[in-house]
Amino acid sequence: MLDSYGPEAKERMGFFTDTSVCIGCKACEVACKEWNLVPEDGLVWTGESYDNTSELGANTWRHVAFIEQSDPLRWLMSSDVCKHCTHAGCLDVCPTGSLFRTEYGTVVVQQDICNGCGYCVPACPFGVLDKRHLPRQDPPALPVLTKEEDGRVWKCTLCYDRLKGGHEPACAKACPTDSIQFGPLDELRERADKRLEKLQAENWNGARLYGRDPGDGVGGFGAFFLLLDEPEVYGLPPDPVVTTRDLPSMYRSAAIAAGAVVAGVLAAFVGGST
Amino acid sequence: MKLGEALARWPVVRQLREGDPLGLGRAAQSERSRALEPRSDEADHVVQSICPYCAVGCGQLVHVKDGEVTHIEGDPASPISRGRLCPKGQASKSYVQSPLREYKVKYRRPYGTRWEELPLDDAMGMIVQRILDTRTASWDDELNRTMAIGNLGGATLDNEENYLIKKLCVGLGIVQVENQARI
Amino acid sequence: MGSNMAENHPVGFQWVMEARERGARVFHIDPRFTRTSAMSTDWIGIRAGSDIAFLGGVVNYILENERYFEEYVKHFTNAPAIIHEDFVDTEDLDGLFSGWDPEKGKYDPTSWQYAGMEAHGAAGQREQGFETRGEQSGHGGHGGGLQHGEPPEEDLELKHPRCVFQLLKKHYARYTPELVADTCGCSVDDFLEYCSAICDNSGRERTGAFVYSVGWTQHTVGVQYIRTAAIVQQLLGNMGRPGGGIMALRGHASIQGSTDIPTLFNILPGYLPMPHTETYGDFQNFIDANTSPTGWWGHFDAYWVSLMKAYFGENATEGNDWLFHELPRVDDDNSVYWTTLQMLDGNVKGYIIAGENPAVGNSNSKAHRLALAKLDWLVVRDVVEIESAAFWYDSPEIESGELRTEEIPTEIFFLPAATHTEKDGSFTNTQRLLQWHWQATEPKSDCRSELWFYFHLGRMIKQKLAGSEAPRDKLIKALRWEYPTHSAIQEPDAEAVLQEVSGREIESGTFLDGYPKLKADGSTLCGCWIYCGCFKDGVNQTARKEPYWEQGYVAPEWAWAWPANRRLLYNRASADPDGKPWSERKKYVWWDEEQKKWTGLDVPDFEEDKEPGYVPPDDAKAEKAIAGDHPFIMQADGRSWLFVPQGLEDGPLPTHYEPHESPFDNSLYSQRANPRRQQFERPENPYNPVGSEPGSELYPYVATTYRLTEHHTAGGMSRTVPYLSELQPEMFCEVSPELAKEAGLEHGGWATIYSSRSAIEARVLVTDRIPPIEVQGRKTHQIGLPYHWGSRGLTTGGAANDLSSIALDPNVHIQEVKAFSVGIRPGRRPRGAALPRFVEEMRSRAR
Repeated sequence: MLDSYGPEAKERMGFFTDTSVCIGCKACEVACKEWNLVPEDGLVWTGESYDNTSELGANTWRHVAFIEQSDPLRWLMSSDVCKHCTHAGCLDVCPTGSLFRTEYGTVVVQQDICNGCGYCVPACPFGVLDKRHLPRQDPPALPVLTKEEDGRVWKCTLCYDRLKGGHEPACAKACPTDSIQFGPLDELRERADKRLEKLQAENWNGARLYGRDPGDGVGGFGAFFLLLDEPEVYGLPPDPVVTTRDLPSMYRSAAIAAGAVVAGVLAAFVGGST
Repeated sequence: MKLGEALARWPVVRQLREGDPLGLGRAAQSERSRALEPRSDEADHVVQSICPYCAVGCGQLVHVKDGEVTHIEGDPASPISRGRLCPKGQASKSYVQSPLREYKVKYRRPYGTRWEELPLDDAMGMIVQRILDTRTASWDDELNRTMAIGNLGGATLDNEENYLIKKLCVGLGIVQVENQARI
Repeated sequence: MGSNMAENHPVGFQWVMEARERGARVFHIDPRFTRTSAMSTDWIGIRAGSDIAFLGGVVNYILENERYFEEYVKHFTNAPAIIHEDFVDTEDLDGLFSGWDPEKGKYDPTSWQYAGMEAHGAAGQREQGFETRGEQSGHGGHGGGLQHGEPPEEDLELKHPRCVFQLLKKHYARYTPELVADTCGCSVDDFLEYCSAICDNSGRERTGAFVYSVGWTQHTVGVQYIRTAAIVQQLLGNMGRPGGGIMALRGHASIQGSTDIPTLFNILPGYLPMPHTETYGDFQNFIDANTSPTGWWGHFDAYWVSLMKAYFGENATEGNDWLFHELPRVDDDNSVYWTTLQMLDGNVKGYIIAGENPAVGNSNSKAHRLALAKLDWLVVRDVVEIESAAFWYDSPEIESGELRTEEIPTEIFFLPAATHTEKDGSFTNTQRLLQWHWQATEPKSDCRSELWFYFHLGRMIKQKLAGSEAPRDKLIKALRWEYPTHSAIQEPDAEAVLQEVSGREIESGTFLDGYPKLKADGSTLCGCWIYCGCFKDGVNQTARKEPYWEQGYVAPEWAWAWPANRRLLYNRASADPDGKPWSERKKYVWWDEEQKKWTGLDVPDFEEDKEPGYVPPDDAKAEKAIAGDHPFIMQADGRSWLFVPQGLEDGPLPTHYEPHESPFDNSLYSQRANPRRQQFERPENPYNPVGSEPGSELYPYVATTYRLTEHHTAGGMSRTVPYLSELQPEMFCEVSPELAKEAGLEHGGWATIYSSRSAIEARVLVTDRIPPIEVQGRKTHQIGLPYHWGSRGLTTGGAANDLSSIALDPNVHIQEVKAFSVGIRPGRRPRGAALPRFVEEMRSRAR
């Protein structure tokens, strides 16, 4: 699809989130909200360690997960985000052309087009896409909230506007320890491989890359991770598959069926004329 | 819009013409998306500042448009922070524009049950009078001081502000001057 | 230790993470396994309030195993100095040092002095009935009797039984790994692992650093916590060297600045003392009492007179002793807690609060709220309406009926403040860097900077008193108070104030380039001698913003560090006695034999042309009396002090005492807690029964308070911000699964935590990150309490400081909130009048 941009196409950009240096400060969550004017998402204490954000959603485009383990005592922290999949189910199913792949290879919802049909919501294997429900108004919501924002689907844009201006995404810019790294995907993959090698040489228990492999069920993530345990531990699907994987064969079957119908109709006409 | 232009914007035509038959890339890009640019680039001016929260002293860039702060992010030039900010520093714009921020003087009279409005000038005049009255009534000639007035706060303030506070209090014989360094 | 750096100084923590990536060992020694622990290579859990025992164990390990940096210790510290023969250690007096006066509850430090020295001070001050004390005498100046900067009696072999080195050995001999484990609740193996790691990472080729925060200061023996680390770092040769030192991570944007240019009762800018209530006789006595004949405090008079010239201009003259006799006098303690108690007694009538929230942030915050309700008038200046402005209609005491709105006499003025983006000014950060911030927008409506408020307040007061002949108004009338203003609201020019701080030669108006230029004859003015030169050449040095990539790692062109733009204090210690770098790897500042001067990566913290072999002549004074191989130039003897002969209220050597409120007795001595700690037992500030006292079982757990990344101090700057409030939306307590079981607490449910002061409620977060520990053979539990919440803001909740008491460190009057005792039980706290009844009932059961 980047081909469609011709000379305007850019290198595919992405995130490499290295959770081995994530200090769980949530600067990414706030930086994202400040830049993208994402509304406050409710003041609910969850008791899930220090995670009161709980999950990605229309009002949370970065989410830091906190996992407490007792033996050995570990506190894993990981900043989750839209994966900007190579094969993005959300993109495939969007009937309005609101979701599109940008010249940077990222997947973005266009708010001027989205009509809130919600087809993309179940199409995401990670549960990233979400329709915006306005938070309660008392205590006061942010001044940026307007009525028209209600009901549409919102998610990480990899700061599409910042990219266009030559700035890195807000979360990566803020991240105090460079846990969130932004750059050309190819470079990030190389860097991640080296990082994994180093950690494995240092006997880091459970270090692995997640979503780095272009051969996986979604063709690799545009935003991939270095985790310190199984993906499930972080609430991530171990082997995500694009929900529209079978679409081409379904289309083929449908095309054959449609062809048969057309042929039948034509035959009827032809037959009728004779 | 001329018919030709309208036709050219018709998605199917764009999909075919722009080499994007599935309509998932450029052909799907809206006018708004095409014209998008970062809000920070529209600033009238950008001011180098320092984070108001902890004592690490991270650099901030404050973006201003039409006299309002539109964005605050890390100052990449700082050898301390290298452009990074923590959640609090990153929330600085929301802090200076907090929904709970107060903009007017509020006055509670003795035994009062509610806040009242009071012009700033009047408040200043009344505070001056309170200080002088209390000071006169409690003055210790021998020790050149009043023990009936105190001043608290300073660790969130500028050096120049602390300088004036201490200087003024010394002049007035107010010795109970304290700040968060004790807590 | 004593710091949760990843959570409270996250952006600073990037450097620790980089060090870890490059192979550094990072130990986090803390009662809780925090986000810092998670990022460290090692975590050692210890009991809150036991750090001196731990560090004392490290001192013992270093000495026993001869791991100290011998050359550094012999030349740069006071290890060889021989101490007065009357000195008796705590080991021989069951927890007291010699000189304890049980009636006064104070020490007489005469016996702590170097042998062969005059009893105290330079000018026989004790005979005259006054003395320097506490912070004011902590400069290490006042080295009366020191001959050309050397202790009178020394043993360079370190063998004399009364030399500091041997006293240290004896003092810490009982701090064995087993005692450490039994007192702190850690394992012997973990402790030894730490000891060997810090020793392996010290010496010529390597350095190790300590990072601390209020986890060390907020104790009744807090200053001595830091002192113990200082002893470790001196023995290992880690002071004044790159990658070494003891880093205090401070909590507010300019808390360092507000200490340097103090809004504190007992000091004036540059740590000059406020005059005390004693009669000094003539002015010269005061100067002598504060002047050290040797070291840089030898120029006290120049610093003092220059400040008086900045304050009073031509009104301060030699003839009127620079208005010394008109200056207000302070008592031993006029600190914030003392003032609060005075308010409760009705002695303080008026109070101005500017950017602080004692109703949440100060220990025993209930007492502070009750005190505010006794005032005649109160001014609160803040960005939002904080609890300290709203206590009269919205506070736990209004809810309980202990306060009734219509009975509170306090007249309250709430004045909205300007934020950092709405004013020019400088913050001094935690590493002494003055950084200028420029105004971005105009403050709206009634919002004003403190600069505006205090300037116009002073202007109006001076106007009113212009015709006064009253003696009390002499000083305020003499105050120099002319600052240019700008903009429609007449905002004072912050740079003009900084210029006064930086200093000028009065006649020519020339900006001074550093404190050596200050004069005692009244020809210079300087508002803060250690900041002298921050506007040198007429350039705002604090506003320099040369990007870091345009300069070396020391980055001297970014902002300005006091003093003299030095980034690393006492950096002459980065070279050996002969002036050569200790190693190529740790090269920083050294003597250039060809150029005959000190040079290096930083501004040398030494006279540029003083040769390493310089021996002061007998009549040398001030810095000239410091030898060329003594880097600690602010000390009278040029050495760092392992043993502190003068300047501390509670002993020359740190020793382990239990917190004021601890469920344990002291395993070292029958003296349980710091004998010199400040206590204020009264109805508003009752204490829990402690140790083996009857009733202590009602408050059996160790509570410790702290901050979270997502919030800031008492919450005024974070509970009011939606994006921060949602990240930590409710007060909670952290408890172990074992404690939850013992106390019947349910994860996600509610708990009531109580002390003799009050009770609060919090959500229960059961976690393995605050494990029970075994101390003195019994298992004990700790409870973690973030202290951000109060009754106002987008998110509200119980204030942890409602539980803590007012019990203070004697040197700096800081409260003990990092370790105190509490009880806990399931469920929400009693409401209304039932709350004080519940607290009282627990207390009566304890009696």
